[in-house]
Amino acid sequence: MITISLNNETKEIAANTLLSDALVQWGFGETKIAVAINGEFVPRSTYNLRAIVADDQIDIVKPVGGG
Amino acid sequence: MTRTTPEKNFTLYGETFASRFLLGTALYTSPQIMRDAIVQSRCEIVTLGLRRQNPADRAGDVIWQFIQQSGCRLLPNTAGCKSVKEAVTLAEMSREIFNTDWIKLEVIGDDYNLQPDPFGLVEASNILIKKGFKVLPYCTDDLILCKRLVDVGCEVLMPWGAPIGTGQGLLNRYNLSTLRERIKDIPMIIDAGLGAPSQAAEAMEMGFDGILLNTAVAKAHNPPLMAEAFADAIDAGRKAYNAGLMQKRQTASPSTPTIGQPFWHQQ
Repeated sequence: MITISLNNETKEIAANTLLSDALVQWGFGETKIAVAINGEFVPRSTYNLRAIVADDQIDIVKPVGGG
Repeated sequence: MTRTTPEKNFTLYGETFASRFLLGTALYTSPQIMRDAIVQSRCEIVTLGLRRQNPADRAGDVIWQFIQQSGCRLLPNTAGCKSVKEAVTLAEMSREIFNTDWIKLEVIGDDYNLQPDPFGLVEASNILIKKGFKVLPYCTDDLILCKRLVDVGCEVLMPWGAPIGTGQGLLNRYNLSTLRERIKDIPMIIDAGLGAPSQAAEAMEMGFDGILLNTAVAKAHNPPLMAEAFADAIDAGRKAYNAGLMQKRQTASPSTPTIGQPFWHQQ
């Protein structure tokens, strides 16, 4: 297992888990989201290519009202 | 002569709108109130944002559903970003999730008054425009900043009236009128700081092209009614600008003819 940060909370996940699989594990499978890892945007088309590594800082965002 | 119908000539990045009112979707007491305010505002563009959320938290889903149902054009923001990198990343996330290359670019330089960082704003605009974004920058009323934003390719400017959420109105009329005078061919939307419809009308009378606000409507006792009041004021201000305001005079001048005045007798 490796430790990562998900939306500023510490989480553990199996090493080399693909981002696409991790999103399903974390319950984001069906929701409208966008992802950045370590401050870099990760396009949806690459979710199944990006393996999560230790200390990754993952931000997952959803639409909210805004001004 | 017939009554005039609303002109549809408000063009931003090649898209034309009848309404010159852009409304924010935050701070309402309920999603239903937000939905009703959007309807009453007659707006065709709404702003919205992206935030971290727990997957189990579905509270935002209704807001998103109502925004989609409104049929309005989406203008996502980069609210809260304090660096160029944060703003660029959030803009890229917005483009994917909302399927639009329009972005209301915010790069905040100060926590106290949420003043835009002019240097970061120009740098982020430059990067995003090269990435194909259509940038609508939330900026101050500084003429040189606005010129630099135009230089890097911004086709719309959104100077503040006052700091976000203050309701102070047009704090620096000299700067704003200078901006309008010096940059004539770029649409300019007063974004943030307005608290009353009369302030929106004044901005439109000065020749600004549109108004973007959120708090003044969302925090009103009756947001849908306030949205309608702002819409009416913006329409009135635009009509007044088109009609041409009279010149102010120092001395009184009677409006009713003096010739034929009864009871006047030469002494």
